Amino acid sequence: MPRGYAGKLLEVDLSSETTKDVSFDEEILRNYVGGRGLASKILWDRLGEKWETIDPLGPENIFLALTGPLTALYPGARVCISGKSPQCNGIIGSTTSGEFPSELKCAGYDGVIVAGKASRPVYILITDDGGEIRDAKDVWGKEAPELIKTLTKQVRELLEKKKPNVGKWKEPAMVYCGPAGESMVRTAAVLQKISHAAGYGGYGAVMGSKNLKAIVAKGRKPLPDVASPGALKLLWREVDSRYCQRDRTWPSLWGTGYAGYEVGARSSSEPVRNWQEEWHDEKRFGGPKFDFRYWVKRYWSDFNCSGSCMKLAVIKTGPYKGTFTDNPDYELEAYLGPNLGVFDPGECIYLSALIDYLGYSGINGANTLAFAAELYQRGIITKDDLGFELNWGDVKSFEALARMIVRREGIGDVLAEGTYRAALKISKMRGVDVTRYAVHVKGVEIGAHGTRSGQDFRPVGYACSPQCGDHTSGVYDAYKDMDMVFLDSAVVCSFMDSDLIWDYYRAVTGWDTTEEDWNRVLGHRIIHIQRAALLLGGPDIRWDPATDDDLPPRFYEPLPSGPYKDKTTDRKALEEMRKQYYETVGWDEKGVPKSEVLRRLGLDDVDRVLDKLRK
Amino acid sequence: MSKEEINWIIRDYLRCSGCRRCEVACSWRHEGKIWPEASRVRVFMLVPGVEIPHLCAQCHDYPCVSSCPFNALSASDETGAVLVDREKCTSCAICIDACPGKIPFLHPGDNKVVICDLCGGDPECTKVCQEAKFNALGVVRGRRGNMSRKLFAQTPEELTEDVATNIYGEKAEELI
Repeated sequence: MPRGYAGKLLEVDLSSETTKDVSFDEEILRNYVGGRGLASKILWDRLGEKWETIDPLGPENIFLALTGPLTALYPGARVCISGKSPQCNGIIGSTTSGEFPSELKCAGYDGVIVAGKASRPVYILITDDGGEIRDAKDVWGKEAPELIKTLTKQVRELLEKKKPNVGKWKEPAMVYCGPAGESMVRTAAVLQKISHAAGYGGYGAVMGSKNLKAIVAKGRKPLPDVASPGALKLLWREVDSRYCQRDRTWPSLWGTGYAGYEVGARSSSEPVRNWQEEWHDEKRFGGPKFDFRYWVKRYWSDFNCSGSCMKLAVIKTGPYKGTFTDNPDYELEAYLGPNLGVFDPGECIYLSALIDYLGYSGINGANTLAFAAELYQRGIITKDDLGFELNWGDVKSFEALARMIVRREGIGDVLAEGTYRAALKISKMRGVDVTRYAVHVKGVEIGAHGTRSGQDFRPVGYACSPQCGDHTSGVYDAYKDMDMVFLDSAVVCSFMDSDLIWDYYRAVTGWDTTEEDWNRVLGHRIIHIQRAALLLGGPDIRWDPATDDDLPPRFYEPLPSGPYKDKTTDRKALEEMRKQYYETVGWDEKGVPKSEVLRRLGLDDVDRVLDKLRK
Repeated sequence: MSKEEINWIIRDYLRCSGCRRCEVACSWRHEGKIWPEASRVRVFMLVPGVEIPHLCAQCHDYPCVSSCPFNALSASDETGAVLVDREKCTSCAICIDACPGKIPFLHPGDNKVVICDLCGGDPECTKVCQEAKFNALGVVRGRRGNMSRKLFAQTPEELTEDVATNIYGEKAEELI
């Protein structure tokens, strides 16, 4: 067994309520590593031939929660959630931080593969003794704080009963879906702790579709052995020392929670009122306002990471008293702040907490809230549809709308399909094209970084990414962007990336893989599989690169305000970058991975299935 | 050094980030690998955001030491730490009961009791916490450590209740 791995994955068939241990041979792990890479391999091998027919919310889809060899051993432990995405119908590797991955590895598992659908709400418990399926009736329908409280107690009591005389049992860790996932809202996240979401991809809905509320892990074994313990011990201290010697305003002191003002005011690339603008100069929305008034814990970290980019925010007075959440980080600050016309830190924290408690993705779901508000502004949906007015900045109305969506009530049922699918439906219902207000790339609502001012994200990053609107994984030149594919596959946090990471990887695994191998070969295989799945798509929506390897229409409207007023995304420049990217990565002029490229990489099976797209 | 002037690890729960690098450092030192559940300091998070590094407080009267029917525990003359004779330990868990904070636990590998030994006077856990500038764990020496240390020997549940109340106010009642 290669080092850095626990050596097995838990495979669960919820339909038959059976579990078994499975493992992969070294060659597969060496090539696909873990996380996003291994997810692509597993999904392709099992579903590739019939990809277009697989309903992401049907029992035939597979839900994955995978770690990687660096997870928990390297600072910034995350778990990668994947499956066929109900947003883009492709494969997205969506990661979230917390203690679940370290507990999972300590229990002896590198990941969990969940197929089928349970006949009743269940959760999966994983301990040193293996996996078991347990009844989740006590926690179904519960929002995050109560869910965590109940399952923590329940599982601790269970473990204490099982092994009573070993001393105090520490709490287990879990990934879970909220009420939004249970309702199969396509913008439902998978979460850890109270607010650490894997939002892109909509995998909370996949959990819900399987009647799976949570996966809980508690391990008492050591983390897996590594190839060079002596080297690793030094590297472990060195990576952190270098981090600690850096200017630590970001992310340690400020997290990304200071950016809700900066990205709008300075780089003019922050969503404001559904991206109608990308600039604001609301100083009351500045980082220090969040920090000095609400952050009760300025340094909040996950296992083995001194990065502490999270901040615990608690509201102690006023109408939102008792609210608590993380940060919010920049993405949620932007999406549940300016993008809803909200410029008050307390209101933003309240909405951010609400959205996380509901398990509704703070990026994707909040994008839909703003889309609805713009339709209301334009009179396309009205008070008759909603039962209330939906004006920019009206916190209570946005709360009501979020709850309607999560319960799939009335127009909420339409909006629960995510921004793009809702836009298609509403266009039909109202006889007016509203897709131009839908800010997404291939069904994935876009991250809170615009391209129009030219000061922030590169347009091609979103347009050609196999992760679509995901702001953490844009493409660049088919070389440097493989870095993110690696971090998602070794499954560690990009904030803790270091120039020592490849030495670290070799010290853990004992393999002689180099960054060059990854950037030229290994990473490419993963990108091509993701691309193949994305282009096959289905069953409800398929993408045409000619029109869909592009940005949302809004990103071509001139900016109406701010220092970059009248600037917009240069369409010609994007087309040129796209052409260049296709050539470098090895896709034909239609955007389909070339046969000879796939065959050179040993992806003959992918090539065969893609033949139908080349005709 | 006399028992009255020992090394001691101060703990500031409000400053604990929950990074658990103390667990990693401790297990590197004592186990030669990363083994959070075998770490002499274990960080509990029973309520989100309420992180409790749980480790021996070196009570002045050492109730664990006197409780052991097999004389497996002793207090070090040099550091004041509780030392475990693993040969003598029978895994009876009586010392866990005797500890006011239920701090000792049985090793997940060999089932022998595990108690912080202060790394012989130069603890590893505090180094990583200090390097990261969290300052949740730090070494104090001499008379400053000579306070009612037993007050710190509390269960994770007791400590969580206090720290959660400090952080969340009234809301803590709902979360605990």
